Amino acid sequence: MSGNHCIAEAAIRAGCKCYFGYPITPQNELGEYMAANMRKNGGVFLQSESETAAINMVIGAASTGARVMTSSSSPGVSLKQEGLSFLAGFEFPAVIVNMMRGGPGLGNIAPAQGDYFQSTRGGGHGDYRTPVLAPASVQELADLTVKAFELADKYRTPILLLGDGMMGQMKEPVVFPEPITDLPAKPWALKGRGDGPSRYQASLILDGLAMERHNWKLVRKYKEMAEQETLFELYKMDDADFAVVAYGTTARIAKGAINRARKEGLKVGLVRPITLFPFPDKVLQKVAQQVKNFLVFEMSTGQMVEDVRLALENERVVIDFHGRPGGIIPTPIEFSRVIHRYYRRM
Amino acid sequence: MSKKDKVFTVKVRRDFCKGCGLCIEFCKKEVLAASPKLNRMGYNPAEAVNSKACIGCMMCTQICPDLAIEVYSE
Amino acid sequence: MELINKWPEYHKKDVVSHYCPGCGHGIVHRIVAELLEEMDLGKEAYLVCPAGCAVLAYLYLDFDIIESAHGRGTAIATGAKRANPNLFVISYQGDGDLSAIGTAETIHSANRGENISVIFINNAVYGMTGGQMAPTSLIGQSTMTSPAGRNPEVDGYPLHITDVVAQFPGVVYAERVSVSSPAGVKKTKKAIRTAFETQQEGLGYSIVEVLSPCPTNWKMDPVTACKWVDTDMAKEYKPGLLTDKREEKRKEKG
Repeated sequence: MSGNHCIAEAAIRAGCKCYFGYPITPQNELGEYMAANMRKNGGVFLQSESETAAINMVIGAASTGARVMTSSSSPGVSLKQEGLSFLAGFEFPAVIVNMMRGGPGLGNIAPAQGDYFQSTRGGGHGDYRTPVLAPASVQELADLTVKAFELADKYRTPILLLGDGMMGQMKEPVVFPEPITDLPAKPWALKGRGDGPSRYQASLILDGLAMERHNWKLVRKYKEMAEQETLFELYKMDDADFAVVAYGTTARIAKGAINRARKEGLKVGLVRPITLFPFPDKVLQKVAQQVKNFLVFEMSTGQMVEDVRLALENERVVIDFHGRPGGIIPTPIEFSRVIHRYYRRM
Repeated sequence: MSKKDKVFTVKVRRDFCKGCGLCIEFCKKEVLAASPKLNRMGYNPAEAVNSKACIGCMMCTQICPDLAIEVYSE
Repeated sequence: MELINKWPEYHKKDVVSHYCPGCGHGIVHRIVAELLEEMDLGKEAYLVCPAGCAVLAYLYLDFDIIESAHGRGTAIATGAKRANPNLFVISYQGDGDLSAIGTAETIHSANRGENISVIFINNAVYGMTGGQMAPTSLIGQSTMTSPAGRNPEVDGYPLHITDVVAQFPGVVYAERVSVSSPAGVKKTKKAIRTAFETQQEGLGYSIVEVLSPCPTNWKMDPVTACKWVDTDMAKEYKPGLLTDKREEKRKEKG
């Protein structure tokens, strides 16, 4: 099954009741799958007039307590940033998929990882962050889609599922979880006041102290997530003296390159962050006790490398970077040569 | 009892009135006038100066943006 | 002694609104609260309030309310209504919100015939930000950003967005009214009632444009502002029924 179809199917099984989206390559198959399957099960599929409208429809549906998703690719996700800021402020759960492509601007439709900053730094206006999950296989797309809905509800926050054109188009076997029917109660949702008191969801908080309290409340939530929900994979790190750090598609490429390098006797391993925010700082710090040379590998001009530097700012380590932006997909052979180059300098 | 025979009493909730004067403008019977005394918000609120003349047409309550007027019948 | 105008159940009691003296918002809020009570809709009501002066409507109205980003009211309303069709969904918007930054959302929610009711407060000016020119400002109208008066050669013409959407097959009911006189207030209530009935019957999109005074930003006293609505605004935006396709829709639905 292709990655885009897989996310859609996993979302439906996770109890996603509404999908709103606007066509953009390379994630169109996701919306198409939703169009074909969502309404069958009494769900909502709606092709919106814009990404801005789609994310605001997400806000409306999320406010009623429904599990809801939208998906897009880089330029479209830029348009969604207004709504992401509102979702974070409202503390509404929602899942937003970004299948990244080359940029800036329209860029191209090839896989890239240039939206790391936008994804992990908040993206929209104001003091907030969006937790980010970065799968690296079709199976993980399914698993992390379900996880994204769970985290969104648990922490009342929008969650970004960050892939790229490669992830979306790639076909692999996948085992889906059983459909989830037992969804968490949402007493905060707007369902009409009924016989109870009226409720409101305000975004405007004019009182400075109240706004500050709200900001710190969000931070506490993110800190709790950092302690409880950080995900990562360590690959061939047991005896490694050199660590590649990569996520998503580049992590897959890196694994191929590492296997080649291992055959040639290089003790190389991989640290793969699965949650990009919260970032697995502590894991990197632990690895730094064993490994002194890190090579960050991204399909960008260098974005996650900043998080690696921040995580390791108090460690005596060397952090190098190799990037291919613009929709170029490096091969394992190419990257194994890069590993050799940095390994020799060690 | 027809509306004609009813007696109406107009009361302005002083501290809810912002003195916009729309009720005064639209009252055909000149029941209402601006009070010379300021209310808590610093406005000259409307007050019923001639409640007896009220015919219960409810023009004042219709146009009042602040739900500041109460009309009673007996 | 019996109080004739009883306090509407869905309007909070004993709060003084932040609206300026003579502002039309208070009247329309009251009408909405009265209708929800009279039509027994308050328990399932869901109102989207806009970025604009009415952003704080939840302080005054006593049913479920959500705030919207500027212009996105009908997108949020769409999401809520689609997710939970049992909700009675109202989008309350101003002219800048509905006919400038939210034009796309307005046009497309109307064109989809979303089963929601839109209340469009047209006061020909951006109120909350301090009186800048709106798409609905009249030709010659002096605002903070058209100090010499709106000049169509550079600022374009007053936008009649309700007339535009009234043409759409999905727009079942559209009417323009004003709250500048007690008679106008009564008509406004009747129009909003019809809009609410349209949604209640599940017929589709309804919109009521309310010409509403903004004395502060027009730099007029409230009485003069009401007169200006009747003389100048009503000349550009003629009150009256713009479309009523309820019968057709009923037949379509069988």
